[in-house]
Amino acid sequence: MEYVNLILSALSQGMLYAPMAMGVFIAFKILNTPDLTIDGSLVFGMTVCAVVTIASHPILALFAGTLAGAAAGFVTGFLQTKLRINAILAGILTMTGLYTVNYMVLGGQSNLYLQTAETNESGAEVFVSSSTIYKMFSDLLPGLETNAVVLLLTALIVAAVCALLCVFFKTRPGMAIRATGDNEEMVRSSSINADASRILGIVLANGLVALSGSLLCQQQRYADLNNGSGMLVVGLASVIIGQVLFGRRGVTLGVISAVAGSAAYRLILQFAYKIDMPSYAVKLLSAVIVALALTLPLARQKLAIHKARTAARKGEQA
Amino acid sequence: MNAQLTITHLTKKFDPGTPNEKHALHDFSLEVAKGDFITILGSNGAGKSTLFNAILGKFLPDAGSILLDGEDITYEKDYKRALNIGCLYQNPLRGTAPNMTIEENLALAYTRKSTHHFFAVNKKDSAYFRELLATLDLGLEDRMKTKMGLLSGGQRQAAALLMATIARPKLLLLDEHTAALDPATAQKVLEVTRQIIADRGLTALMITHDMDQALRFGNRTIMMDSGKLLLDISGAERGAMTPEKLVDLFVRQAKQTLSDRTRLSI
Repeated sequence: MEYVNLILSALSQGMLYAPMAMGVFIAFKILNTPDLTIDGSLVFGMTVCAVVTIASHPILALFAGTLAGAAAGFVTGFLQTKLRINAILAGILTMTGLYTVNYMVLGGQSNLYLQTAETNESGAEVFVSSSTIYKMFSDLLPGLETNAVVLLLTALIVAAVCALLCVFFKTRPGMAIRATGDNEEMVRSSSINADASRILGIVLANGLVALSGSLLCQQQRYADLNNGSGMLVVGLASVIIGQVLFGRRGVTLGVISAVAGSAAYRLILQFAYKIDMPSYAVKLLSAVIVALALTLPLARQKLAIHKARTAARKGEQA
Repeated sequence: MNAQLTITHLTKKFDPGTPNEKHALHDFSLEVAKGDFITILGSNGAGKSTLFNAILGKFLPDAGSILLDGEDITYEKDYKRALNIGCLYQNPLRGTAPNMTIEENLALAYTRKSTHHFFAVNKKDSAYFRELLATLDLGLEDRMKTKMGLLSGGQRQAAALLMATIARPKLLLLDEHTAALDPATAQKVLEVTRQIIADRGLTALMITHDMDQALRFGNRTIMMDSGKLLLDISGAERGAMTPEKLVDLFVRQAKQTLSDRTRLSI
């Protein structure tokens, strides 16, 4: 039972971060451009979602959070294409600026809980927690465990987003984004505005990342400015693990593998915690996973060359 | 008006006011009739590719105008012109997206003009692509799901040629598009080029360094030097021309050796 719970919780974390992994996949694999906005847009989605959840409706808040991230992506895309700023720097600029914006959205504090202060009948001030999509969903399905509710609802959302994304990449604008990452000149020659395609791709990527931020915000019931740091590496680790699991094939499988990679990444973490890894070690572990995975092809190549050389030497001696 | 492309007094200076100043196009004018297939000769740096880039909108000229089918495109954005201009470069890698399939590449090039279906790759269009690929006679029609990057240079260039012409452009620009291919493949691609231009009645400009090729293909030959039009022959005059005479004429008119290359080979 303990393991079931562990796996449930790992999978639900995996699903919460799955949109972010899809976003990273779009930026790094499809557009072939490093986008460092991600750390900032995740938090932007979170803060906007928190404020809107408190002020109005949780479902509206999800859309608001996602749109906020998309807007951040637009800024990065604009800097990259129209102002010709180096892609990495453009992302860093937006991310840095977003820190201030996020601080302002939270009303000048570094975190915000999803609750409102109300006065009860006896005149005392009490905190009433705001409604979230998870609360609404568990009201619909009473008797289900919290972890199961989170997993089920998030998985449904992720499945829908994933399906929409796969379909989108088969349409002309979607295909134009893929081609822009592959050969921008060919896109222009096909009479497509490559700058617009690139901006749309970055908008999409950051919107997805912010969706993760929004979902997280409602699941953990607070928004925190520090939640974004290192998220890019987490997303990359998920994408790379997904690629190891599924191989490098078409775009549909690529999007699905990002989701699977996110789940696998959380399972790995969960078991690392189980063998007493302290929680602060997460980021180092993620960085090591990404670095190792990126060196794997080179290591394989070197090994093959080494083998060929040893074989040749043996041949000479014989 | 019967002109498909009218270039008037086109002028472009690169790095003006510096020691590297280069007059790439010098008051260049040219009128191309509908259905013309013009071969363009000229030494390196004569301004041939600059002319193409000006037509394609890779930069804006300092002066002059470019009219395509009566429409002034001098200051139009490059990707907008691409709706009606197909282009093929020497490097086969420039025209195709390597990580997308042949089918997807063709679909992207095709849908610039055709009616859009919900899915960019669909059965009806694919059947048409298959037919087109079959005309290349390279067996590509059975490999439509293959990634472009897996094809050889010649196959990729042939596919790029289809992509450049699939939307029936008003103008086709060929910038030494067979120079990087082996002789047999180059011959093949040239034949396909000639066939497509003839079948579709395209208006085309082709840059080449091969005098013989310049006379064998097309109906008109021009020669450029220092950004100016040096020679413009067609009809009987062109029919009587031989590659040797062409070199002679060029040397006489330019009052200098043909190119660095010929100078080296003497």
